[in-house]
Amino acid sequence: MSSLSERILGAPAGEYVDRGVDRAYVHDGTGVLTLEAWKGMGSRGLFNPSSISVIFDHIVPANNSTTATLQHELREFARTSFLQFSDIGGGICHQCMSEGVVLPGEVVVGADSHSCTLGAFGAFATGVGATDMAAIWLTGETWFKVPHSIGVHLNGEIKGAAEAKDIALTYVSQLGMDGGSYRALEFIGEGTGNLSMDDRLVLCNLAVETGAKTGMFYADNLTVNYLARFGRSAGEQEKEPCDYVQELAIDMGDVVPLVAIPPRVDTVRPVRDLAGLPVDQVFVGTCTNGRYSDLARFSRIVKKNKVAVRTIVVPASREVLGEAIRTGVLTDIIEAGCTVGTPGCGPCLGAHMGVLGEGEVCLSTANRNFKNRMGVGGEVYLASVATAAASALEGEITEPGVP
Amino acid sequence: MHGQGRAVCLGPDIDTDMIIAGRYLRTKDHRIWAEHVFEDLDPHLAPRLLRAVIIAGKNFGCGSSREQAAIALKEAGAVAVVAPSFARIFFRNAINIGLPLVEADLKCSEGMTIRFDLEEGWIEAGGKRSSLRPLSQRMLDILRAGGLVEYWRVKQ
Repeated sequence: MSSLSERILGAPAGEYVDRGVDRAYVHDGTGVLTLEAWKGMGSRGLFNPSSISVIFDHIVPANNSTTATLQHELREFARTSFLQFSDIGGGICHQCMSEGVVLPGEVVVGADSHSCTLGAFGAFATGVGATDMAAIWLTGETWFKVPHSIGVHLNGEIKGAAEAKDIALTYVSQLGMDGGSYRALEFIGEGTGNLSMDDRLVLCNLAVETGAKTGMFYADNLTVNYLARFGRSAGEQEKEPCDYVQELAIDMGDVVPLVAIPPRVDTVRPVRDLAGLPVDQVFVGTCTNGRYSDLARFSRIVKKNKVAVRTIVVPASREVLGEAIRTGVLTDIIEAGCTVGTPGCGPCLGAHMGVLGEGEVCLSTANRNFKNRMGVGGEVYLASVATAAASALEGEITEPGVP
Repeated sequence: MHGQGRAVCLGPDIDTDMIIAGRYLRTKDHRIWAEHVFEDLDPHLAPRLLRAVIIAGKNFGCGSSREQAAIALKEAGAVAVVAPSFARIFFRNAINIGLPLVEADLKCSEGMTIRFDLEEGWIEAGGKRSSLRPLSQRMLDILRAGGLVEYWRVKQ
């Protein structure tokens, strides 16, 4: 009787294993250091170039000539080494990997902490640093300590103005910023069947904010159908009874729209407690909430209205952007006065476009609100897409209405 | 794998944005990271890291996977980081670049002398010695080599 992590990694919790990696990916930020480390190891080849992806998402397009030069080197390396390469505008690495690439049961390693997002497919997906990734490029494998698992029981269904982000902030606030350290979160229970693939990606995305190694859903009928849309075939994963080191239960119907107050992701309050707090910028996007369903939800609320503060919307991928164009969602967003950015991470990490000024406040749909994250002296409140939309229209933190 | 240094005391949940901010990541120049390490926490801290042992609270290095955080500390001259717990990606990164980490819950007083030996499994703070949970053989091998890059360069 094993947890999903134990099953995929092939050993009981607590054991160290060397495990082949099915998919490995880096972005323009970590890829530069990975390449340096790989060269330092003697450039003795790449274990399996077709399983390695290089995805430009962090500073796209390049913001200055230093960045451009670093990206140029990595781009040329990716091309000449026959790696899977996604250039600027293709989208956020985790999103690109979620569009029919990662399959249930795979071991997936990304050189980015939010690689845990892909656990939504029933893969064992986790983040590593650049040097670990360089060794994976070289050998095709890495070591893991098989994690103990925390069972997060999701009951009922999301109601009212709440969305998956609010469920995610709920478990983050319950576990705290290190409550999941070295563990895997398994999202289980009858309520999981009521969550879309996009919802599951949101829930897994925030796992690392508790320190967890990954967050996972068992692949079910919905997972299989989602992958079939991309022409990929996959099987469902049967859950076995297993021992959890800790269990939480969330009645999703009781969750209301929430906000994480800077500088901690685990300081969470109902939106209504902060209603009226003025904001200078609203940001909708990222590997948490930049998917098509997010943009569609946002546009439904702002359509035929005008945003009251500067609002930046960044689609998570070219696929998302394309769908938003085809359905008219993008037109509604632009006509409401929003600015649309190149698919990618946008201003989330404070490295370019959309950086905050001293004393400014941003309401963001991202996953981190650390001090100075989006700019020195700026503050970041984290919330759902609906809360971002309602707040953009008012210019202050506003509880969204029930759709 | 042993060392010693003066204690620099820090609080809990120090994230990697706080160690090195996103605005300094777009370079390969390690000196830039060393110069700006902990800038958003305390702009006067960087010069004090030379030959220092950082004694931090729980969950040190949480957040982003940026390896520049571990490199910045090492480049600034930190000998080791001691904390009751570390975020897992930071832990791997630090070992991989040859920065020793010690899992221990020490009462920190600024400037006290810290000595440690990871192979023998002890740490001494202000003359008082306590034993440590030993690092795995693999991690000790990587640290001894000076990091994972050197480990692989020599191995093949």
